[in-house]
Order: sequence, then structure tokens, then C-alpha cells
Amino acid sequence: MSLDTVKHSAETPDSAQPWKELGLKEDEYARIREILGRRPTGAELAMYSVMWSEHCSYKSSKVHLKQFGDKAPQTDALLVGIGENAGVVDVGQGYAVTFKIESHNHPSYIEPYQGAATGVGGIVRDILAMGARPVAVMDPLRFGAADHPDTKRVLPGVVAGVGGYGNCLGLPNIGGEVVFDPCYQGNPLVNALCVGVMKHEDIHLAKASGAGNKVILYGARTGGDGIGGVSVLASETFDSTGPSRRPAVQVGDPFQEKLLIECTLEIFREQLVAGIQDLGGAGLSCATSELASAGSGGMRVELDTVPLRDATLSPEEILMSESQERMCAIVEPDKVERFLEICEKWDVIATVIGEVTEGTRLEIYWHGEQIVDVPPRSVAHEGPTYHRPYARPDWQDALQADDAGKLARPVTGEELREQVLALVGSPNQASKAWVTDQYDRFVQGNTVLAQPEDSGVVRIDADTDLGVAIATDGNGRYTKLDPYAGAQLALAEAYRNVAATGAKPLAVSDCLNFGSPEDPAVMWQFAEATRGLADGCLALGTPVTGGNVSLYNQTGDAAIHPTPVVAVLGVIDDVNRRTPMAFAEQGQLILLLGETREEFGGSAWSQVVHDHLGGLPPAVDLEREKLLAEILISGSRDGMIDAAHDLSDGGLIQAVTESCLRGGHGARLVVPDGLDAFTFLFSESAGRAVVAVPRSEELRFTDMCGARGLPVTRIGVIDGDAVEVQGEFAIPLAELGAVHEATIPALLA
Amino acid sequence: MTARIGVVTFPGTLDDRDTQRAISIAGAEAVPLWHRDNDLKQVDAVVLPGGFSYGDYLRAGAISRFSPVMGTVIEQAHAGMPVLGICNGFQVLCEAHLLPGAMLRNTGLHFVCRDQKLRVETADTAWTSDYVPGQEISIPLKNIDGRYTADERTLDELEAEGRVAFRYSDVNPNGSLRDIAGITNAAGNVVGLMPHPEHAVEPLVGTGRTDGLAFFTSVIKKLVNA
Repeated sequence: MSLDTVKHSAETPDSAQPWKELGLKEDEYARIREILGRRPTGAELAMYSVMWSEHCSYKSSKVHLKQFGDKAPQTDALLVGIGENAGVVDVGQGYAVTFKIESHNHPSYIEPYQGAATGVGGIVRDILAMGARPVAVMDPLRFGAADHPDTKRVLPGVVAGVGGYGNCLGLPNIGGEVVFDPCYQGNPLVNALCVGVMKHEDIHLAKASGAGNKVILYGARTGGDGIGGVSVLASETFDSTGPSRRPAVQVGDPFQEKLLIECTLEIFREQLVAGIQDLGGAGLSCATSELASAGSGGMRVELDTVPLRDATLSPEEILMSESQERMCAIVEPDKVERFLEICEKWDVIATVIGEVTEGTRLEIYWHGEQIVDVPPRSVAHEGPTYHRPYARPDWQDALQADDAGKLARPVTGEELREQVLALVGSPNQASKAWVTDQYDRFVQGNTVLAQPEDSGVVRIDADTDLGVAIATDGNGRYTKLDPYAGAQLALAEAYRNVAATGAKPLAVSDCLNFGSPEDPAVMWQFAEATRGLADGCLALGTPVTGGNVSLYNQTGDAAIHPTPVVAVLGVIDDVNRRTPMAFAEQGQLILLLGETREEFGGSAWSQVVHDHLGGLPPAVDLEREKLLAEILISGSRDGMIDAAHDLSDGGLIQAVTESCLRGGHGARLVVPDGLDAFTFLFSESAGRAVVAVPRSEELRFTDMCGARGLPVTRIGVIDGDAVEVQGEFAIPLAELGAVHEATIPALLA
Repeated sequence: MTARIGVVTFPGTLDDRDTQRAISIAGAEAVPLWHRDNDLKQVDAVVLPGGFSYGDYLRAGAISRFSPVMGTVIEQAHAGMPVLGICNGFQVLCEAHLLPGAMLRNTGLHFVCRDQKLRVETADTAWTSDYVPGQEISIPLKNIDGRYTADERTLDELEAEGRVAFRYSDVNPNGSLRDIAGITNAAGNVVGLMPHPEHAVEPLVGTGRTDGLAFFTSVIKKLVNA
């Protein structure tokens, strides 16, 4: 069949085109025709269809995401904000840190290993493209019920993929989450975060400027993997002998990515690029249109120069391919030779595929014939915007009225003991060492704290001991009960976790995992959660720097719990002052910071003991969170606290159990006046943490709390080899440890 | 004098920078070596660090063994230069026949990352003289192909000649025969092990222990006193 050139498209305006099969709406197709003043060529149609997809254009979400900019707090820390590959934050001493969290949910359900692996690969390239050396990754993961047979297929594959890819890149995996809930059956959430470090002057942006500059594609050859919807086009427009129906999930090669990282960093060191962009979703379509759109001129690309893994690929397929481990750089002509030399040194294939032009169009040629001639902004930045209808679902009131406070509570010490063991051994609260021991947390030699600590801490300068801390958190149960509050609770928990390790929280990245935007109830959850997060970030002074939206996480009519996962980045001037979670010193005092109320809605206890989800999540008080963070940071800096652990799902007993097991010492606890043992142990009130304080520091520390108005209660002492609640029960550490550690291996063995 | 210790970077090497830092902390000068160069830049000793050189394609270490730098390393190792292979570096040394045996996939089939207890079996090597035989140390282990294997005769020879340098104590994490974590050649200048001493040289990072530092101080003493 003949090539569908620009000329041919103008001559055949009535040719039928598979816009519907490519996921475009009728009005969207009409708009493309209007923009071009003719029907699009096959290649143009393919480009628009992927770039205007929900995934690339954020067409359902962007009216809500706008709030992150509109309500952004005043801060000097933000060097690059939303819109680039990743946001960049000033952490002092001339260093800048870039971080971002993304989803790879759908591919990971279909092909768990490759889906998860390429999720890591994609986010790492985003960070690299900003000019930074990637220094750590994290993976918040969510699966269906722990004992569901499919979880046994998906989870080990995802974990092996995260490890298989990340371990080969030499990036320590320093944290994340593993959560089970039946709502994620069929829709596992595989989110991946990467953080990178650079000097301020090394920041690179994705834009193509300077007519005559060369466009260089480097990295892996382009293959037919990850084409997705475009295979429809291929099968309809071209011969059936062509490579149609390619797998929609990309296949990763971490070795190639490792070479790409080192090669790119060397290229940055010699200042050889004027603009750079990684190739991820929508492949070359995205990279060329975004680079040209953000730059000052146009771009001309000779598509037949792209190195291929499969010589039979059509131009449409080359434009759409999501083959991994590729980057696109804009390079001044006199630097091209050196650029290619460095690529040769690292055995990385590099090809000049085009150049920046004086014009304003993105033009793509195939063996001399023009197949694309578009205004790049119309592809990359001027996609459709939807104001999707949203409405509070009619079941929300009944859900909130189903108060967890009315659930039967344990009364005797024996009942409390049983429920504590049930809690710490439940899949969500159990040790995740089976997962995290498959990840390298030591490589690069800068890991100061890694999971299961409250946040991962890495040193970024070995001379000054400057470091960064990152935590990710999300609670779909809370968010289902109240999306506004749930998003803020996720933010507050990540913020608190960063502060618990002694770091000052600076900025946020978010991964918003929701069901179908075509369901007004889901859209309401999304609207409420984004509003909550934007308000929360404003209150805490931590701007959203970027992130990702994943919609359509649902099977039939059943959507996942709305699950905003929030990553908070903090800075710690001296990593020697970091606060670990372990209760390591016998005799130290255990203090509870914050107030404990009867709050059980969405709690781990209500799930484990009653399989219940109803009522309201814990109350949010962001001013209190700020105060708590200040106290935790001061306590760390001034050497007053030796351990700290945030209180969140599972409440106080979960936190104390984890700190005791980590430190190898027991604790004797006393129920404070005014609280019953059950509320003391299981409530999930926000804005709380436990700290271990040497006796010599108690007065100084409690005076500081008193002066600043933070409630502090002495609740016990680190002692012995059991966790004992006076007058109620005692559980030997060995028993707690056995229960805590046995669950996950038993489920997955 | 300051000892100069080379650290080889193959494509896919991961722990080269960490190893360089460990060498500096121990008091020597770390010299980066590139896999395509057969010039060792007058170093006094060489470390082959961990990673997935050449993507572990074909077999871990199988391709790296043929890189230009290894030609010189093999030659110098036979002449007595101290050579340490860590993890992937150990695999390369086995492929290069500087050490006997080979590594298979871990018995659990998973990548294993843990703080691993080892028993030092001999201090009679260039890289272990600062340890005491029988000493228990704890350093990070992280690999998927770490199960040491060799035929019975080779294993018996290694035992008889005191060439088992380290054994896993507490837990055998990967099914290595006779709990072997590391071995040495007959001359004691070439040592390979699966765990990572370079990740245990600073109290602040990693496991918080410095049990791995003696690898580097051992060889520095030998070189400086030579």
C-alpha cells in the first residue's frame, strides 16, 4: 500500500480513517482536521491519538490539577515546577534534587515483571533527563487480597521486576509500601519513584531551540514493543504481512539503561546538550512534539534514519513505539562529534535524526516524502480539555454513617493481646522483608536509612554529610471514606515520616490512582482529593512539583478505592543527626507526642478484626502536623531524641512493636490517664509520633514541647524482652517477631 | 608511600564508585580503570567490583573475562599482584580461571539483599591479614547468582589447602556448597567473595558497621610494607 503522505492526504480528504479505533472521539477527530485544514495523514493521526490520550494529555484531570499551581505555597525552594519531566528543589550547598512518582499500573497487571521493570526504567529516565544522577528509587505497591490466588501471580512478578531492573541499575531501593485490599484485585497499583541529585547549574530542560541544532536519538534501537493502540492502525492501514498486533507491554533491558545513564551523565559533564527529553509513553511522537513545542522554532525529522530492531516497522509504528531505554537530545552542530564519541565509548547507539528549523512546524519525512506537518503545540500542549461531570455518590452518606465506633471492642487483657497479635500479623501490618530483601538498598554506599524506617535517607555529599529524606504514603480506605481528608492524611503521613527521621519537608510529588473518569462518583473523588491535596500543600508550605495521574483503574463498575499516593521530599543538613525508628537503648523513656482520640474509621483494626470500612477517617489538623514536625526536627538536631516513629495505620501498638523489633528491646507501657487501653493502642488519630528519649534529656524535651504547645505524654520505658501494657497483657518479643515476620512468606511461598 | 589500587569499570558495573570511596577511606589512592584499556596505570592492586557487567548476558562474568583489561589483570595476578573480586568480580575471577568453581542461581531463586554474617577462615591472604581466623564479621550480601559450586575434588582441595577464605555463618543464604562465601588462590594474592565489604566501611551508611574495612587495610599494609 502506498505511503500516506501530507500531499496524499490533501488530495484524498474523504478517505476513511480509524480514529475511533485509536480512541479518539468524533469531535477530537474533527478538531484535528480543523487544526490541519485537511485530514491527518496516518502518521499524524497516530501522533494525535496517543498524545491526546488520557495518559499523555491529562484531559480529564487537568482542570483539577490546575489547583496545584493556583494554590502553590510561597517557597524559595522550587527551582523547576510542574510541567517539566520532573520538578527540581533547592536543598542548599548548591545542590538541587529532582524527584517524581509515576504509575505503571495497567501493564503490571498484564505482565507483572516487565510492567514493573519498565515502570522503574521510565521514572529513572525522567530524572536523568533533568540533568541529575539518579540516586535512589522507591516503590509503593498495592495488590488484591493477600490470599487471593492471582495475588500470588502478580506480586512476585512485580517485586522481581522492580528488583530485577532497579538492582541492575545500581540504584538503592530505600522505601515504599506494600498494601493489600480486595479493591485492587485486577487493578494492582505499581507506582515508582526516583530521586536524583545535581548541581544547580546542571539543570537541563526539555526544549528544542536554536535553528540548525541537531536532533539526536540515542540508546536502544526502536522495536515494535509497546505500540498499544497503534497496532490497530497498522493492521487497518497496512498490509497484513506487516508486524501488527505487537505486545502492548514494553520489554526492558536494565543493562542498556545503565549504559544510558552513565553515557548521559558524561555528556552532561561536558555540557554537550541544549535540550533533552526521555522517550517514555508515546515514544518519538511525544519526544519530538514536546521538544519542539517547548522550544522556539520548528523541527524536521528524517524518520527512516531511526535505528530499528525490526526493519519492517511502518513509520506510524516507529512514531508510536514505546521501546525502552531511549533518549532524545538537541545538540549544537559543533558538539555533535564529541557527543557521538561519548556514546561510542559506552556502546550506546546514537543517530542524528533531524534538526531544529527556523519554522514553526514539526515536519517528519519518510524516505524523502513528508508524512507529518503539524504545529507541535497542537500535539503536545493543546490537547482536549474535559470538564467531566462529577457528583458526590449517593452511597457516601451511608458509608460515613456506618460508624466504626460502634464495632465491638476488646474488653479483657486477653482479648487485647489476641487482637494485637492479629493486627501485627495481618498482611498489611506484617513485615515486608520478603519483598524488600529482594531489592538492593546498599548500592552507591550512601544509604543512611532504608525501609522499614519512616523515610529513606540518602547522603548526597560525603564531605558535608548533606542528605535528603523521602517518604511515600497513601491510604485508600481513608480516602474512600472522605476523599478530601484522605488525600490530606496521605500528605500528612508522608510529611510526618520525613520529619520523624529528622529532615525538613520541602516538596511533594503525587501519583493519583483512581477509577474511571467517566463515572461522576469517581470524578467527584478525584476533584475532592486534588482539592484536599492542594489545600494541604498550601497549609504545609510544600508545593507539588509534579507527578502523574492514573485513571481507569477499575473492573466493570467496581473502581479501586481512590488512592492518591503522596511523596514528600525533605532535606537534612547533617545525616549524622538522622533519627532511626529502633528502640535501641534499654532504660530510655518512651514519649507519645500529640493527642489520641477515639478514631477508628478506616483503621487497620476495623479491617483486621471486623472486616469493616465505614465512618469518618481521623481528623486532619495540618497546623498540628507542622508543629509536630518542628519538634521532631529540633529534637533530632539538638540530640534530644534517639528514636522516633510515626503513628499511622495500626496505631500506637503497631509503631511500638516495630520500634521494639527493630531495636531488639521490649517496652513497658502504661495506659495514660483519660484513655482506655483499647483507644490508647489502636486509635489512628493523626498528628502523632512516639519518641525514645534518654532520661537526661526528658526535661529539656518536654519543656520544649510544653513551650510550643505540643501535648506530650510519658507512656513507658524501653525495657526487657516483651511488649507489656501494664495491667493488661505482655507479649514476648520473640512471639511478636514470629507473628510479624511469618505472614508474607507464608502467603507467597 | 600511598598504595594505588585500581577499580575496574565494565559496562554494567555498579559498585565501582563505592569501592573507590572504600579504598580512599582505608587510606589508599583509588584509580579508575576502564574495561577497554589494557593499561593498569601502574596500580599496586586491583579490585573487580560488583554489578551486572555486560548485563550478565550469557553467564555472569563470562563476557567481561574477555575484555582487554582482564588480559593484563590475569597476567599480573599470576605475577603476584593482589586482586580482589567482589560479587560480580568474583564471578569474573572464576570465569577467568584465577579462582576455581562457579556461581549458580540462588536456591531460593530470588535476589537476596541482607546483612550477612561471615566467619573468616584464613588471614593468610593479601586481603584478609587484618582479620583473625574464626572472627565473625557482618557485611551486606546482595545477589541472585551467588550459589558457589565446584566439584567435590576441588572443594576438598580448597579445604585441605586452607583456601576457603570466608564461610556463611548463621544462615547460608543461597545454597553455596560447604557454606563457602569466598575463596583464595594458592598464593593468597587473589581473593573472591560474594558479599560486599565496600558497603561496610562507614558507621553512618549501609548496615552501620565497618567490618569490611579490613579488606582494604590488609592489602594497603602489605603494599606499603613490601
